[in-house]
Amino acid sequence: MKAQRFNWPIWGALLLSLIAFLSYPVLLVRFPVTRDFPWVNLVLFAFVAILLFSGIRRAFAPDRPRPRWSRIAGVVVAALTIAVFGLFIFSAFIGARYLPASQNAPHVGQKAPDFMLTDTKGNSVSLSELISSPTNGKAPKGVLLIFYRGYW
Amino acid sequence: MGIRPVAISVDTPEVSKDLGQRVGYTFTFLSDPNAEVIRRYDLLHSGAGIDGHDIARPAEFLIDSSGIVRWVNLTENYWVRARPEQILEAAKTLQ
Repeated sequence: MKAQRFNWPIWGALLLSLIAFLSYPVLLVRFPVTRDFPWVNLVLFAFVAILLFSGIRRAFAPDRPRPRWSRIAGVVVAALTIAVFGLFIFSAFIGARYLPASQNAPHVGQKAPDFMLTDTKGNSVSLSELISSPTNGKAPKGVLLIFYRGYW
Repeated sequence: MGIRPVAISVDTPEVSKDLGQRVGYTFTFLSDPNAEVIRRYDLLHSGAGIDGHDIARPAEFLIDSSGIVRWVNLTENYWVRARPEQILEAAKTLQ
């Protein structure tokens, strides 16, 4: 009996699905054009679907029966691949939008609430100082407050 | 430009210092470990940090020299932050 060929499309689908998922947070999120809508990732997942379809067909091709373990492996790998896709859809389209409403955040035209916080040198700094103290010899035209999630 | 960028998070001053050095940012990093200011600005995302810590949701505010908010960006998707050109556009209106 001829040795069964390695079912590369099914493993390729799993590998490509991991790349399609991880390339978003690792790389594509840095560029607005690939970040604001993750179209590159969805294109990659379309290729994943093609590989997956071809891999499943191989696993169950009636003219070339495979051993039982090979068919089981095919189904498990296919399920994992679909799970990676599901996780991507969830994290990119649902999880990332799960944010508080922030209805009482300062609106345009309102006075920004003053505060006092510690900088990296251990100094206490207030918003009013940030607004009035000179930068490059001149009082700044404005202050850009950037709130970020932290834990980088 | 004349706009002073200020980054605020729940990270401790030490963590922010490391971050600033690692990525080469020289602007002011402020530490709000108990999220008091983050709460005052209604930006608290409770339990969203590692180990369920309360953190800030991403947000940007442009404040003019009299302390008035002139532009706000509250993103609907935490991967998507303000683009530099949006901020530059908003900064043009400041005197």
